[in-house]
Amino acid sequence: MTNSATTPISSGLMAGKRGLIMGVANDRSIAWGIAQVAAQHGAQLAFTYQGDALLKRVKPLADQVGSDILLPCDVTDEASIDATFETIKEKWGGLDFVVHAIAFSDKNELDGLYLNTTRGNFLKSLDISCYSFTAICQRAVPLMKEGGSLLTLSYYGAEKVMPHYNVMGVAKAALEASVKYLANDLGPQGIRVNAISAGPIKTLAASGIGDFRYILKWNELNAPLRRNVTITDVGNAGLFLLSDLGSGVTGENLHVDSGYHTVGMVQVDAAAETGKLLAGMGEG
Amino acid sequence: MSDVAERVKKIVVEHLGVEEAKVTDTASFIDDLGADSLDTVELVMAFEEEFGIEIPDDAAEKILTVKDAIDFISSKQG
Repeated sequence: MTNSATTPISSGLMAGKRGLIMGVANDRSIAWGIAQVAAQHGAQLAFTYQGDALLKRVKPLADQVGSDILLPCDVTDEASIDATFETIKEKWGGLDFVVHAIAFSDKNELDGLYLNTTRGNFLKSLDISCYSFTAICQRAVPLMKEGGSLLTLSYYGAEKVMPHYNVMGVAKAALEASVKYLANDLGPQGIRVNAISAGPIKTLAASGIGDFRYILKWNELNAPLRRNVTITDVGNAGLFLLSDLGSGVTGENLHVDSGYHTVGMVQVDAAAETGKLLAGMGEG
Repeated sequence: MSDVAERVKKIVVEHLGVEEAKVTDTASFIDDLGADSLDTVELVMAFEEEFGIEIPDDAAEKILTVKDAIDFISSKQG
């Protein structure tokens, strides 16, 4: 199944580029949307997964895009990240891009008040959702002798308060800041570092966010494009940042959110439906 | 068998890759059909899509068997 709204156009834009995709859980995953578009345009891909539950989901997807490199990687374990990149070095000798779409928070703290965040979950959320990108960049850089592109995924909850997003918003804010620092560190080597701030998409990970369906509907009603984005929309923007089309872009946080981040108020034409949505909130 | 029941069972068979005969009303997704915790979330998402309904978290947590799913979806469809 794809969420493709348009017929794929193959351009060869990614021909000869080898990329590591980290964070595919199933065919609804944003990382999968990016992987599919990159593959359609000629990229050669490797995937990581965490644990057997995800292996059985990622394997058929990797097969679909002709990838035969499927590696276990626990981003909280330095040795595990080392092993992933050692294998990439052995198999490919170099690397052109990485997609990082990994985040974590205890589900119980993605509901209610941010104020109640525990130290344990704060540290774990920031470790997996933010630091892991830095740790991955450290290993990817030595393999990017001819430059490269490093891409991570964020959300508007990093910039503005979104209900229930809580510690994940704080982690994404830290991630977005780290993108700027990494971009500055790696610019001299021709390595670009960017984030995509995707609008809400119903993924497996999003199912852990309280009242997520209200966020989805709200965006659909009030974003300039009056629709939610698909994983293919994010994939298309990913293609821009990962390919040479984005050659002059680094340290950027590209919003792929139907324009929602530009809006300051409820859309007049959506006021009635938005009102109905608000009336239904909290009823469960 | 009602239309809802038929469609629910079809989704379960496809998603979990189990034999149709095993997908009885009383079958538990986890205990009888080998679902893991991610499967149960994915099944709820598949039901929502198929029937155009929303299944809130607290209701989803109570959907443990095939019959639980059929009953909840039937109640939403009125």
